[in-house]
Amino acid sequence: MKVELRDPNIIMKLSRLGSFHQSKLSFLRSFLDEFKDWDYNRDLFNLDSSGYGVAIYSFKKGKRVYSLVCFANKIDDNDRSDRVIATKWDAAFTLYDGVPSKKDIERLKNEVPRQEVGRLSYKELTLSRANKSVRVFNHVVENLSKGNQPDLDLLEKVGYLYRTTAVYGSGKFGLADRFRIKNRAEINGPFRLEMMLVYLVRQFTFDQVNHVAKHKNPKKAVNLDPNICRNLGIGNSTGLGMAPFIVNHPTLLNNWILSREIALKKIREIKNVNSKDADLFKKCVKDSLKNITSWNSESEFQIKKINSLLVNVKRFLEFTENQLDFTTTYPFNQIYLWIEKETCEETIEYIVSMMMEPFDEIVQPLIKDMSSEEEKYFRIPTERTVLELKNILKQRYPDILKINFEDKSNLRNFWFISKNKEEPRYADRFKEEGSELEQPLAIARDIKKLNDQLILCKDDLTIDRFLMNNSNLRHVVRRAFIVEKFPYAEIQDNTISEKVVPIDMLRLKLSFFGALKFDPRSDKWLRICMFQGAPLPHELKDYNQYWVYC
Amino acid sequence: MKSLSEIETTSKRASKASGYSWGISEEVGKSIRLLEMFNLKGVKNLNEYLKEKRDKKFENLNLINENNKCSEFSYCPIILGVSFLDQIEKIEKIKSINFSKIAYPLLFLPFLSRSSEVIGKKIFFKFEKSEFLLNINVNISTNLMEKNCPNIATNAEVKILENNDNFTENDWKSLYQLSEKTFVKESESLKKGAAGAGLTDND
Repeated sequence: MKVELRDPNIIMKLSRLGSFHQSKLSFLRSFLDEFKDWDYNRDLFNLDSSGYGVAIYSFKKGKRVYSLVCFANKIDDNDRSDRVIATKWDAAFTLYDGVPSKKDIERLKNEVPRQEVGRLSYKELTLSRANKSVRVFNHVVENLSKGNQPDLDLLEKVGYLYRTTAVYGSGKFGLADRFRIKNRAEINGPFRLEMMLVYLVRQFTFDQVNHVAKHKNPKKAVNLDPNICRNLGIGNSTGLGMAPFIVNHPTLLNNWILSREIALKKIREIKNVNSKDADLFKKCVKDSLKNITSWNSESEFQIKKINSLLVNVKRFLEFTENQLDFTTTYPFNQIYLWIEKETCEETIEYIVSMMMEPFDEIVQPLIKDMSSEEEKYFRIPTERTVLELKNILKQRYPDILKINFEDKSNLRNFWFISKNKEEPRYADRFKEEGSELEQPLAIARDIKKLNDQLILCKDDLTIDRFLMNNSNLRHVVRRAFIVEKFPYAEIQDNTISEKVVPIDMLRLKLSFFGALKFDPRSDKWLRICMFQGAPLPHELKDYNQYWVYC
Repeated sequence: MKSLSEIETTSKRASKASGYSWGISEEVGKSIRLLEMFNLKGVKNLNEYLKEKRDKKFENLNLINENNKCSEFSYCPIILGVSFLDQIEKIEKIKSINFSKIAYPLLFLPFLSRSSEVIGKKIFFKFEKSEFLLNINVNISTNLMEKNCPNIATNAEVKILENNDNFTENDWKSLYQLSEKTFVKESESLKKGAAGAGLTDND
């Protein structure tokens, strides 16, 4: 039986993309898999009794070493902010390519804590900062110093000791350009070094909390129980900064989604599923209920989604127990058709993620295809014709061409770069100033404009001639030719409409990172948790790869 | 040191701020990145050109012919470059293309370099004493390497080079003979059995 890939015009709608969940393809899981046999080490731990100072952690294999350099600083409670406008953080980090010398550490000490206003070099690969969850951190210190373990309810509610507020890479602030490292075998998936940074930061937070507790009461203090550590991750506050990324990297977006779609298609095409794989799938779904019931959010929007997910996953489990017979042919195709008919977008994508769990042989080869050589597709094929371009638009943007941009509600918002922080922002063009400096992220509107202009031209006109008089549409002409080759490269929605929920764009990206427990704090930013439940560094050599559901 | 990613983004934004469309600005970002990667002074030239552009006029050449003479102002290297790249497959057959005056010719180079890759042929660019060889977008050779590129190119010529050998037949023969020393002389038995095909041609 041949199953078709799902229609991009359905999958690439924002509400669907905003329902994506972590899976075996997620970058933090593929990072753990890649680095599981590397040597982990804590090379330096020079903190004072209050936990301030420098620490270095590394992963090493053969001659290759990656070192996380951590700087923990004292800050006033009033200075602590998760917003991108903050200038001070509890800790700042960089991932260094190799083993940093004393001179390097001195240099980094002056630059890393300053983050966006500091300067890094090509020897540094990623940069980040994080703030304590003061309530949880102090609670843990207090209890450990008295010889007790902390209150598990509190820890479960928050899920981390620290949350990062940004993780930078790929040439920002002088960091190494991606091209310098892209041919390294261990970096054959996107954001791998960003994942390494976050993972090592997590270990630093445990070591720091133990260290502070020990100094507080050297005679009585105990270390945080490894089982508790394992169930803590690293929080992350994510604002709009992430949203334009998926618009600005169309071929990369395509490769992420296409890998997921190919995995689903191949799994649906499996004729006979053995009982071991069927049981593993059912176990993952059953165990994952814990992730849903412990998923806390104050957002009404998210609470509704979580409740509906919980109801539907329970219904799905009943279906697998009472109606589905895994010994019949194509059981995963039956499952997919059932969830599509009976449940909601959130549940469909949840179960799709889970379907990948038993099938390493399908998922693993796809991971290396999730990067992209974007430069290859930058040139516009100017020898082609207006007719060809018209056909591409008709085929690839069917719903977008129906949007009426005379209606103000459809062009309510504009994306811009803030002068203060050089970060992307989103505002109402009819209320705020600055829309004349709009970023080229209103793809739907500009594709519609392109279509309107093409209609006025002769079909056999070549694109070089068309562009002579339509330079303002060059960016979308380029995109259309990219989307022709990469069907999942474009969000099939209007990103400037008054109805748009920008966090859907963030959630799409974060799900591919492997984030859990999305907690929207508004329609423009959300909190998540990464690596919660993941093995600790010393456990990597032999870990349970289904840790997400344990 | 600035990363190439920073150079590309900043050049793109500066070009947009100077009045180019986003699509053209994207081309400029890639171009300046390329120049800096090849150790040519892309940022310096772009900065000077965009500053000069505030008070001075430049001519946009959209359709490229064999001989291109600007009327009053020198050609904008960016619009000229984009036009050249867009039309390269049409102008490839013109062996020598002439431009009377190009402003900041260094900014024109990356477009020639990318055009060279599109058609798979080397492109030679010359004005006054300055010469550049654009080699399939793999490198740019020039006699100006350590010097500043002039701000104006008068009577500039672009030649699209045919793919010819860059050595004599004698040099080739001599090298080939040497390479033959890695071959094994076939005995009768090797002739019969080593190729793997059938023993007769007529089976």
